[in-house]
Amino acid sequence: MRVEEHPILGPLPKTETVWIEVDGKKIPARAGEPIAAALLAAGIRVFRTTHRRGEPRGPFCAVGRCTDCVMTVDGVPNVRTCVTPVREGMKIETQRGLGRWPELK
Amino acid sequence: MAGAEVTEVAVVGGGPAGLSAALAARQAGAKVIVVDENAAPGGQLRKQIHKFFGSKEHHAGRRGFRIAEELVAACREQGVELWTDTLAYGIFDHTLGIVRGGTASTLAARSIVLATGASENALAFPGCTLPGVMGAGAAQTFINLHRVLPGRRALIVGAGNVGLIITYQLLQAGAEVLGVVEAAPRIGGYAVHAAKIRRAGVPIYTRHTVLNAAGHGELEEVTIAALDENGWPIAGSERTFAIDLLCLAVGLTPLTELAWQAGCLFEYCGPLGGHVPLHSEDMETTVPGLFVAGDMAGVEEASTALEEGRLAGLAAAAYAGYRSPNLEEEKAAARERLQALRSGPFGEGRYLAHEEIVRRWLKWRDAR
Ligand SMILES: Cc1cc2nc3c(=O)[nH]c(=O)nc-3n(C[C@H](O)[C@H](O)[C@H](O)COP(=O)(O)OP(=O)(O)OC[C@H]3O[C@@H](n4cnc5c(N)ncnc54)[C@H](O)[C@@H]3O)c2cc1C
Ligand code: FES
Repeated sequence: MRVEEHPILGPLPKTETVWIEVDGKKIPARAGEPIAAALLAAGIRVFRTTHRRGEPRGPFCAVGRCTDCVMTVDGVPNVRTCVTPVREGMKIETQRGLGRWPELK
Repeated sequence: MAGAEVTEVAVVGGGPAGLSAALAARQAGAKVIVVDENAAPGGQLRKQIHKFFGSKEHHAGRRGFRIAEELVAACREQGVELWTDTLAYGIFDHTLGIVRGGTASTLAARSIVLATGASENALAFPGCTLPGVMGAGAAQTFINLHRVLPGRRALIVGAGNVGLIITYQLLQAGAEVLGVVEAAPRIGGYAVHAAKIRRAGVPIYTRHTVLNAAGHGELEEVTIAALDENGWPIAGSERTFAIDLLCLAVGLTPLTELAWQAGCLFEYCGPLGGHVPLHSEDMETTVPGLFVAGDMAGVEEASTALEEGRLAGLAAAAYAGYRSPNLEEEKAAARERLQALRSGPFGEGRYLAHEEIVRRWLKWRDAR
């Protein structure tokens, strides 16, 4: 959910919309914001599942320290989505376990 | 690896401590570079939309993010170089290993100020890893910086200033807050903050703790319970809340990796949040030419971070060969202001703790 109106910060500033793809589904994002913010705004809260027990995880620190928010971004696993800005056409996948690196050619 | 850079004073961290250090060192005449991993400098202040406490000299009544804007503007005006999107990952003698805009390189300096801040503590209970359980500072980052609510119905753990302020800021952002849970018998934060959230109808459950969090794939409910005199949950006092956000405001720990790596001597100090590097009255560590300031030298407040930053900046510049003409007076004035900030029931513990850290530093120096 977006904070559209704020008593101190005022209305949400206008920004360009960029589209990203999460597990094959297109969602809108505000240009320049971190991936995690766009996902939470779209109601997505499970970012990855753990290696051994397959437990769900989502953002915990939001400042790039804890690595609970990592996902596979454009084929690269373990990207910290809370400190990585969105880009038009970015492909994001819920990460299972440690993720898989793209095949080496 | 890109080309190595050289400066006179390097500052790691662009929060109030780092910016204040940079400004003081620059005013003394040194060439200064500040590195910060974020897209914009300002540190914690960027998220603080409430009015600050303290005296006028310490920006009382001003909102944190405005103070950050002013500090950044002053630094730019004075010619401090601010390198954003730059992470310092290591320190080797007087050289920092950095990753700037995704490219690795080095930054060598005559003296270095570490002002890396602190990180939020976690709390362990069944279900604490469910999506929807997060640090209070994380929730604050999402609502105030990124303008997105990480949940609609929240419960806060910890009634210190951070917990109380975030409760209020969640309400401002449009969330519902069902309560604040505090294990201690009394509220730790300022009475003004507590009164504000009580007026908004948010109950504060003192002598209570979180028993567990539960949900299918993500947070759906949290159960709390009252504690007896020995800190054990009282059977029958459990209460369950249907919520989708649980914010943990249970303290901060100084971010000291670089100081450990540099070989600084440390001391464990509960009132300052954990292990802190021994330092002198001038904020110099046990590694010559390496200075510390702000939350990483002991978790306190933005106001104290500014003064410590000033001391560290003046001393770092002097070490690099730039003695401010009124060095001793300026240092004495900053120390006096620090002492004033560390008085009263909230500050005294921190005052004594810092005194002890300085005493240990002196002991180390005298034994050399
Ligand atoms: C909710 C809340 C409310 C608060 N309210 C008040 C208040 O009312 N009054 C008050 O005085 N204080 C308040 N504070 C406290 C105040 O914000 C902090 O004490 C202050 O920001 C500490 O300043 P600092 O410069 O030491 O650290 P920070 O502000 O944390 O800045 C450190 C910076 O260094 C960066 N960094 C860390 N490591 C590296 C690295 N290796 N490489 C590059 N960059 C790095 C960080 O990303 C950060 O930007 C509040 C804090 C919180 C969380
Ligand atoms: S939420 Fe902690 S690293 Fe992203």
